[in-house]
Amino acid sequence: MYAQMVKSTGERVKALDEMGPEERAFQERVDADIKIEPKDWMPEGYRKTLVRQIGQHAHSEIVGQLPEGNWITRAPTLDRKAILIAKVQDEAGHGLYLYCAAETLGVSRDEMTEELLSGKAKYSSIFNYPTLTWADIGAIGWLVDGAAIMNQVPLQRCSYGPYSRAMIRICKEESFHQRQGYDIMMRLCEGTAEQKEMAQDALNRFWQPALMMFGPSDKDSVHSAQSMAWKIKQNSNDELRQKFVDQTAPQAEYLGLNVPDPDLKWNEEKQGYDFSEPDWNEFYEVLKGNGPCNKERMEARQKAWNEGAWFRDGLMANAKKKKARRMAAE
Amino acid sequence: MTATVKTDAALFELALRMGDNALILGQRIGAWCGHAPAVEEDIALANVALDLIGQTKMWLGLAGELEGKGRSADDLAFLRDARAFRNALLVEQPNGDFAHTLMRQYLFDAWHHPMLVALKSSADKRVADIAEKAEKEARYHLERSEDLIVRLGDGSAESHERMQTALDALYPFAGELYAADAIDGDLAARRIAPDLGEVGKRYLASLKSTFEEATLKAPWDAATRKGGKQGMHSEELGYILAEMQWMQRAYPGAKW
Amino acid sequence: MKNEWPLWEVFIRGQHGLAHRHFGSLHAPDAEMAIKNARDVYTRRNEGVSIWVVKASDIAASSPGDKEPLFEPSNSKIYRHPTFYDIPDEVGHM
Repeated sequence: MYAQMVKSTGERVKALDEMGPEERAFQERVDADIKIEPKDWMPEGYRKTLVRQIGQHAHSEIVGQLPEGNWITRAPTLDRKAILIAKVQDEAGHGLYLYCAAETLGVSRDEMTEELLSGKAKYSSIFNYPTLTWADIGAIGWLVDGAAIMNQVPLQRCSYGPYSRAMIRICKEESFHQRQGYDIMMRLCEGTAEQKEMAQDALNRFWQPALMMFGPSDKDSVHSAQSMAWKIKQNSNDELRQKFVDQTAPQAEYLGLNVPDPDLKWNEEKQGYDFSEPDWNEFYEVLKGNGPCNKERMEARQKAWNEGAWFRDGLMANAKKKKARRMAAE
Repeated sequence: MTATVKTDAALFELALRMGDNALILGQRIGAWCGHAPAVEEDIALANVALDLIGQTKMWLGLAGELEGKGRSADDLAFLRDARAFRNALLVEQPNGDFAHTLMRQYLFDAWHHPMLVALKSSADKRVADIAEKAEKEARYHLERSEDLIVRLGDGSAESHERMQTALDALYPFAGELYAADAIDGDLAARRIAPDLGEVGKRYLASLKSTFEEATLKAPWDAATRKGGKQGMHSEELGYILAEMQWMQRAYPGAKW
Repeated sequence: MKNEWPLWEVFIRGQHGLAHRHFGSLHAPDAEMAIKNARDVYTRRNEGVSIWVVKASDIAASSPGDKEPLFEPSNSKIYRHPTFYDIPDEVGHM
């Protein structure tokens, strides 16, 4: 989701008796729900897949600051402004926790950042859509954070200790994010006709992109089986997407908004909603870099990084000077 | 009766000056969210912005109460025009590069903190209460911005140069913070606010020692640029308000 | 890496007198700034807490292979655990 298309490096899931003794011991620990810690032996594929997954997740938090941060200076009240700053700040914090978790696997944060900025590493497709009105801030909290939580709650049980612990902290801090988004939507839907129209328009634009957050359909998702065997992914994409629709459709109804899907219908038999697949061509285009805001998002991150280099280097230079002075005095 | 009205008017001005400084600076640094040079710095700066927006609510809340026309802090923030804003020119200066943002922050914090310390013993309890809470926050802001000024001033050749450029550009705005007008005189006489001249002395002394440690040279004799406290702003403020107030202006009366 | 801020591990003691606990990590140019960053990142400046930071590279850790010899012996010394002792209810809380 925040890591939508993580290429797993395991070619196929091996059976226990095909594994060497170390890998077998590793897999048995995973099966017994014992956490894997940084210095434990692990298959190279597990390490690499995790670096990609956690890296994508971290990049998504950092890039995810941009579409919402965009509205901080225009938030309509002092309270909304403060809440939005706090939320965007949380996203920076979550990016930080996740980078640190990935760093335990032997890759540095600066290396990961450079991979993001060169376009080599990916981030969630959802952040390549523009926030055009204040209602988009509500829709992002409600739908995007709603979808994120759905994915992140099971990741708290992920087999890799540092990732699991980061997810526990993130889930705890994020509990207000979805609620503040829904609260914005409620206020709009109780408001003037113009406000309600703004809310409907935001739902219309964010519904499909939110569904895409769970990644391609299971039948096209080639990397899931190994990740699930390693317990770095707990549920299939379609399972989570279904759960999301089942949770969200009644919430839209409560707001008096229409989900932009003529085929959305309660299915008594499966005890869930039927709904249309999102436009997967659009999804792949956005992943390739052809979404409405890919270019702007990357430019903003490159600017922050490049124009901040003197600041990071200046502080390092000062720390080195201080250390040298201390040594000279001793 | 006239005396009471006059009292309220001066106090109202004080609340606006304190509140507008916090609001405009909070608005400015809020724009860094997601764009700072390191994620740790992004988070730290957002904390400062959050504190300032919180302080805005208290000061403008008090201003609305003193005015007695039923205007809320939000009304004052989002529905006043530029000429009615009372912030100092310093805080409306553009973010520029990160050096300008940090220098503006330090020049403000180094005044803000002693000002709030003094306001804690205001003869007006409402003022003292707000200062009590805000002072703790401002102390931390100052600790942080002062530390960064010293480190970057005495860091690499480039960081030194950038900090010096920012200091040259922004120092002329520092003097307004402690330049007293008739309103300040009136408030000081009634012990509602401190003698700004005294605050200014302490302010300049701390700037002097910080810049010395940072190996920076302030243009001490530069002419002071002022007027914001009396509503004579730079052209920057109009753009800040156009962005900040846009929603409240575009959808009059809507609830958000 | 050219000039990356080093990684620090952050330990925080909360308000209630419990020992310092590992909270997470962050990057900073030196220890002093690591403490400031830790305040902003991990405590959002709650007062009354104490923060330790340790450079991640300075931490010596037991390697997982050592796990058994290091931890097994204490597992057998169950008398170190309060639940080893049966104290009659009448004695009260102990």
